[in-house]
Amino acid sequence: MATVVIEVMPKKELLDPAGKAVLGAFRRQGVTGFNEVRIGKRFELHVEGEVTKDHLDQAQALAQDLLSNGVIEDVLDIRVEDSPA
Amino acid sequence: MKVGVVTFPGSLDDRDALRAIRLAGAEPVALWHGEHDLQGVDALVLPGGFSYGDYLRCGAIAAHSPIMVEVIDAAHKGMPVLGICNGFQMLVETGLLPGGLIRNDHGAFICRDQRLRVENVDTPWTRGYSEGQEITMPLKNGEGGFIADDETLKRIEGENLVTFRYLEVNPNGSLNDIAGLRNDTGRVVGLMPHPEHAIEAGFGPDTAVAMKSGTDGLAMFASLLTQVVSA
Repeated sequence: MATVVIEVMPKKELLDPAGKAVLGAFRRQGVTGFNEVRIGKRFELHVEGEVTKDHLDQAQALAQDLLSNGVIEDVLDIRVEDSPA
Repeated sequence: MKVGVVTFPGSLDDRDALRAIRLAGAEPVALWHGEHDLQGVDALVLPGGFSYGDYLRCGAIAAHSPIMVEVIDAAHKGMPVLGICNGFQMLVETGLLPGGLIRNDHGAFICRDQRLRVENVDTPWTRGYSEGQEITMPLKNGEGGFIADDETLKRIEGENLVTFRYLEVNPNGSLNDIAGLRNDTGRVVGLMPHPEHAIEAGFGPDTAVAMKSGTDGLAMFASLLTQVVSA
């Protein structure tokens, strides 16, 4: 079995309030070495057998049409990973 | 006039919207997300709520519902469409309205009676107000921060597409205090505050006159029934 992995992140120039809240938790724990946290999404699309070009084309279309919103997010990566047996 | 309200899995305010339409004097029609039938309505409301639990992005999965094919088509042909809160999120997800809505900048859910200024009355949904009128509607959301890139924001302001702006406080970090928007033709309007919760004395926001007596939202639905008198 293989997996198509799609990574989506909020656009760099936009405030990421969820990431900001996590950074606040770092501060309260005394962790000061990081100056920003941004939270994105990782989608795993599992496939029986080999990942074909069709799968990748569909994943590409889905990444743009449904899994991300280009106004607020960027698709960073679409890649194939082997699933652990 | 028949006005449809689409119920999605997780819609909350569909009943309130149907009731608001009835109280405004129009005929409410309940529509279902899974069908491809607008039942001959003359206008549409996409109601508030948490469709699909806000999974993926608010309104994103609902925006791909079967009935949205007909909704988007009708909007392109000029049918008046109003998106309230989650419905506004659906309208930006479909691209019928510009920009996007993200988590409130302070990270918290907010529920308050919100002062607003009516900025544009050249739409079927806002022509019952006067330009610059100050009104109060309940606001309740976790992801109501309006954002757009510089170019889009410039176009929104340049073409006078802002219908409502937050007054006194900006409750969620929305750029330029934008609470509601219209499209180029004005037929499609979206806003985060809830007009359908401010339609009947006794159940609306507090006013200087009496507790819960605010009915500033009713004009939104009544607007539909007023004909534009051509000069």
